[in-house]
Amino acid sequence: MARSNKPVLWLPFAAGGLVAALIMPVLILITGLLVPLGVLDLPYERMAAVAHNPIGKLILFGILALPAWHAAHRLRMTAHDLGLGSGLGVKATCYGSAVLVIVAAAAALLAV
Amino acid sequence: MSRKPYVRAVRRTWWLRQPRYVVYMIRELTSLFIGLYSAWLVIGLVRLGQGRTAWEAFLAATSSPPAVLFQLVCLAFAAYHSITWFAVTPKAMPLRIKDEPLSGKIIVGGHYAAWAFVSLLVLIAAGV
Repeated sequence: MARSNKPVLWLPFAAGGLVAALIMPVLILITGLLVPLGVLDLPYERMAAVAHNPIGKLILFGILALPAWHAAHRLRMTAHDLGLGSGLGVKATCYGSAVLVIVAAAAALLAV
Repeated sequence: MSRKPYVRAVRRTWWLRQPRYVVYMIRELTSLFIGLYSAWLVIGLVRLGQGRTAWEAFLAATSSPPAVLFQLVCLAFAAYHSITWFAVTPKAMPLRIKDEPLSGKIIVGGHYAAWAFVSLLVLIAAGV
């Protein structure tokens, strides 16, 4: 069987796809529907406590970073499918924005 | 990889030719909304780190009509991503137990069960 020569790119891609599939819909349901409708309120103390907890930080980082990487990698492939080429510009745009999101998440979690 | 790979010219609208190509493109575009919503969550996290006032401002922002509309679109694409992602798991991750291939229905069903479990867990953690 042929081996993928880009495991570093696609391992987090696959993990991100799974994490996104399992958790994103419920998160969007909460921030986009249940909070606006007033069903949930997400109090500051509780949210800050999660972000302060080391395990909470790790979980939050996984939830944020893996799907962001998944999106970047898949969008790069889709850009290729759309005939936008696979040059440096596409790579820089896709992976660059993911890295920006991931670094911002890491920085926020370390600073909290 | 060759140094000068041959790139065949493609029309950028090729995927509009057949309904199943359109479905394929919608499936791939789910990633755009996954990425955008991840960015929105990171903004929330940054605001949380800035203190109570900033966090409450984020909650108000996420409840504004444009943000709700944006998130409902994200929700539709995210749910479609879940469904399509789980549907290919038997092919992407075929499992064998004692040399017998595990039925695809069990693999897909297991993912749906995990989806329900994680969603319930998050809702309970969020205080439903």
